[in-house]
Amino acid sequence: MLRITDLSVSYGDHVAVTGLSLDAPDGKVLCVLGPSGSGKSTVLRAVAGLEPPRAGTIELDGTRLDGLRPDQRDVGLMFQEHALFPHRSVDENVAFGPRMRGLGRATVRRRVEEALALVDMSATARRPVTELSGGERQRVALARSIAPRPKLLMLDEPLGSLDRTLQTRLLEDLPHVFRELGTTVVYVTHDQHEALALADRVAVMRDGRLEQVDEPAALWRAPRTTFVADFLGLTYLTALPVRDGVASGPWGPLPVPGTPDGEHDVVLLPGAVRATDPQRPRRPGELAVPAYVADRRFAGDHVRLVATPDAGPRLSVAVRSEVVPAPGDRCELALDPRAVRVLEDDGAADGPLALTLTSPSRPSSSEHPAQEPS
Amino acid sequence: MNAARTRSRRGTTAALLTVPAAFLAVFFLYPVATIVVTGLAPEGHPELGVLGRVVTDPSVREVAWFTLWQALLSTAATLAVGLPGAYVLSRIDFRGRRLLQAGVTIPFVLPTVVVGSAFLALLGPRSPVNAALSALLGEAAPTLDLRRTVTAILVAHVFFNYAVVVRTVGGLWSLIDPRVEDAARVLGASRWRTFREVTLPLLRPAIASAAAIVFLFTFTSFGVILLLGGPGRATIEVEIHRATTQLLDLPLASTLALLQLVAVVASLLVYGRLQRRTTTQPLVGSATTLRAPRSRGERWFLRANLVLVAALLLAPLLVLVERSLSTGAGYALTNYRNLFSAERATVLAVPAGEAVRNSLVFGVAATAVAFVVGGLAATAATVSRGRAADLVDRALMVPLGTSAVTVGFGFLIALRHPPLDLRGSVLLVPVAQALIATPFVVRTLLPVLRSIDERLREAAAVLGATPARIWREVDLPIVGRAALVAAGFSFAIAVGEFGATVFLARANLPTMPTAIFRLLGRPGAANFGEAMAMSTLLMLVTAAAIVAIDRLRIGQVGRF
Repeated sequence: MLRITDLSVSYGDHVAVTGLSLDAPDGKVLCVLGPSGSGKSTVLRAVAGLEPPRAGTIELDGTRLDGLRPDQRDVGLMFQEHALFPHRSVDENVAFGPRMRGLGRATVRRRVEEALALVDMSATARRPVTELSGGERQRVALARSIAPRPKLLMLDEPLGSLDRTLQTRLLEDLPHVFRELGTTVVYVTHDQHEALALADRVAVMRDGRLEQVDEPAALWRAPRTTFVADFLGLTYLTALPVRDGVASGPWGPLPVPGTPDGEHDVVLLPGAVRATDPQRPRRPGELAVPAYVADRRFAGDHVRLVATPDAGPRLSVAVRSEVVPAPGDRCELALDPRAVRVLEDDGAADGPLALTLTSPSRPSSSEHPAQEPS
Repeated sequence: MNAARTRSRRGTTAALLTVPAAFLAVFFLYPVATIVVTGLAPEGHPELGVLGRVVTDPSVREVAWFTLWQALLSTAATLAVGLPGAYVLSRIDFRGRRLLQAGVTIPFVLPTVVVGSAFLALLGPRSPVNAALSALLGEAAPTLDLRRTVTAILVAHVFFNYAVVVRTVGGLWSLIDPRVEDAARVLGASRWRTFREVTLPLLRPAIASAAAIVFLFTFTSFGVILLLGGPGRATIEVEIHRATTQLLDLPLASTLALLQLVAVVASLLVYGRLQRRTTTQPLVGSATTLRAPRSRGERWFLRANLVLVAALLLAPLLVLVERSLSTGAGYALTNYRNLFSAERATVLAVPAGEAVRNSLVFGVAATAVAFVVGGLAATAATVSRGRAADLVDRALMVPLGTSAVTVGFGFLIALRHPPLDLRGSVLLVPVAQALIATPFVVRTLLPVLRSIDERLREAAAVLGATPARIWREVDLPIVGRAALVAAGFSFAIAVGEFGATVFLARANLPTMPTAIFRLLGRPGAANFGEAMAMSTLLMLVTAAAIVAIDRLRIGQVGRF
């Protein structure tokens, strides 16, 4: 089990990670999710011993890692863009780690064979890595990082440099590899789909801090802040007045039990909005959202409608029926009022890209609930 | 379509190459051929007696042996000192890094005579080192006199070629993805093992290039050894000079030049092979590899290197200036005043001011010639493709390796007969200097020209520009700065050129380097002081050219 406590890392004046505490349970896959520059890679580098932390402790299976050199830590790290040794062949790359551990020739060879077999690259063992394709490099890099059998395997945006098709294929292979290894995995990515597909737990990072840690399903069911909602691509409504546990939204009352009176941001969970048609009319309890179609995109097994309601923000809806309204048509959407959650006010109501330039800093939510973002 | 394009490209290459080819043929191949003929057939018919003399004569063998081992030792010493410097200057970010990077280039372009003078001053009995020693220990202090020792030669060679290692190796080092080294660390390799198993193999092409170039430069070292060496401390170059000017034995000089040519061509071939065997590796922008020192060890490493650079690079130059101002009893401008006074002109045959003027005039003329020849050649090498480009590339490297003395000596024996009787012509000196500066012009321009994305030219062509127009509108503006650098660099080389000039400059038309050499050859503190003063002036002239280059912030100088 990896336990990070109160970790801070800075590069000169730039603070990359601050006060981060995070556990990665044994044998599970922890995905660290966040936009670029949020400090995800820095966490991995600090755990690997490549960046000296300014404060905090890092423990692996009860042993303090901080203070140890990278080569003494027994962790595996698969780098962004792979960082393969360009002057060595595939098997020499994979053999490097076992060799450094002083294993015998036969053992090294066996480890290399096993690692390459696991990523299905046995046939290319003798090739120079410079001749490999992107996907092959990725597999070799993975084999190299698992060959020494580290206690902890960390992967830094391993699919970042690959094209979509390869990403999808490797995304299907990785869970199998992780299961086979049985080690604890920390997987850094900015892609929520990767996190969804792989993670037992997801840690969302923002500006060097931890924003939320949860199981993937829980994260989608209950994003804690507007930042997380935004990053997961969810729609939210800002500054709805709440009174007696009911928020008054642009389309009707939304029950938010237990929420104190005042103004709150409310997120629409996935599936909260659907398009209605004669076969699937609005059910009792659902709110009607009259809108017109702004855009329509074919997406394989469904069509995605971007609808502009008469009030409130734009909504994106997946439609699977045969008749799909065209841009400019009126349509009626149905909103399930139970599929909404109140978000904590985190000062980023304008979304992560706007940062502090436009939104005035606000004190934390519960004490001053009535302040209005500009 | 394609064939037509290839044909037109070949036509362009050929047209561009006319001038450089003619220049090389007349002023390089012809003199070299004359040396070969004079060496192998001194009386007009082949006679292998001289050749036998070289092989059997113990003194010639001794010279050849000394030349070889001092070059190998110098190369090893330069690498040993230069590699840590390359790391510091390419990977560690500290205040003054850019300044230092420019600063280490200065010795590389300093005239050999200036370097020789500086080390005479630094290592001689009246140096500040000895002054400090006697101040500390009184009468009992030993007087260190390292003049005329191998140590002096080695130190001077390291001083000279430090920049070659730092720039060539550092240039590659700054582009190697540090994550590759990080990967090795995480996989369990110690710092030292990471360096040995990952960094060193990745740097090998640059290290090999730098080593080959340093070997070439030190193997053909002339000025430094002429001033700092002594009996039994002569390289082939110095022996060629001695055979020509003192023994008047032209066949011996020719044979020695021949021996040297063979060695030079051999090491150039090795260099060419090494250059071709570069592995493709993932290179990253140098901005991402630079970072502030983080551990205490790194800070100490940085400090140690800075001290070393200061001691190695600054001390000789400071002592040179100090000596030039010293009058034996305090400091004054006496040496400078004497240098330019009419009464003292007898030593130089002309007032020193004329030597300065000659140097500047020759320098400008040589720069113009080198620029035209080198610029055309570099353009041709950029335009041509495949084997042609390869050939042009290699042909242009040859004069780089050929020593200045060979050029001077070749001019001396080749260009004194009709149809090309240039004996006594003032043209000889600038042409020789241009020949020596040309490869540097090519090496400065070629990488920049080659770095221009072919698609820029294609875009211009699609937009309706003719080939000439493309050159003017795309190539020229991009190359403009590099062109200025090339000009400044070749000017510095021409002004400081000694090896060829000493053969060719007439007694009544001395240049600054030959004047310094003459002053150093005379006994007496006054002459020595004036030599120091003249060296200081020459250093200022070349340093000015380099500072001008650095203003333009182009880092190609000294990179191979």
